[in-house]
Amino acid sequence: MAALDRPVAKPRPVYLNLFAIRQPLPAIVSILHRISGALLFLIGIPLLLWVVQRALASPDAWAQMRSALGHPIAKLTLLVLAWAYFHHFLAGIRHLVMDLHIGMDVPAARRSGAFVLVLAVVLTFAVAVKLW
Amino acid sequence: MTPNRIVVGAHYGWRDWLVQRISAVVMAFYTLLVLGLLLWHGGLDYDAWKATFANEPFRLATFVFMLSLLWHAWVGVRNIAMDYIKPVSVRLTFEVAVIASLVAYTGWTIQVLWGGV
Repeated sequence: MAALDRPVAKPRPVYLNLFAIRQPLPAIVSILHRISGALLFLIGIPLLLWVVQRALASPDAWAQMRSALGHPIAKLTLLVLAWAYFHHFLAGIRHLVMDLHIGMDVPAARRSGAFVLVLAVVLTFAVAVKLW
Repeated sequence: MTPNRIVVGAHYGWRDWLVQRISAVVMAFYTLLVLGLLLWHGGLDYDAWKATFANEPFRLATFVFMLSLLWHAWVGVRNIAMDYIKPVSVRLTFEVAVIASLVAYTGWTIQVLWGGV
């Protein structure tokens, strides 16, 4: 226990305020991976099942589903979910590549993280153009 | 035996880690398949949609995708619960609700894919 008796060189923080810390870019990619996954579970899965069910039920049900998804709030929901899918997909591929020990150093991780963030937004923008 | 095991703890192993990745790869391939079909049909109309789902191999692929999605969701949501929900009773209740919904979604999936046959 001798190590514990040494004087502490500098005071350590007693708590970490997440909003006071400037998050590094890979940390932002990571928390968005988690948030997008939660959104896909909470809204994405039931909405996906509902859409496929309505789409297969009958031509009338198909038309009703299309018009329901044309509502501005529905479009906004679809757009958020599209972003969530893109971000989660791309960040997941990034994880799988890192599992192969590729791009593990900090500059490469920052570059791939920025790539994921930007490409997800670009693809979401393409969906927005298609929706409106 | 490892002491201090808790009822909603991790499985103290690599299985979930592996399931998360294998299911992710399955979903990635299915996503590319659907994207390819969308490009092939040049968009979506009711008849093309209906014809696509009338194909049994596509239905089976969709079922494998959905099982991957639901299992993947379980691993991810449980990770979130383990990080943010500390009281064991609350976490167990939450996890039971999540499992129940995922089982219900599995039933819904089967109904959507084969209910009309």
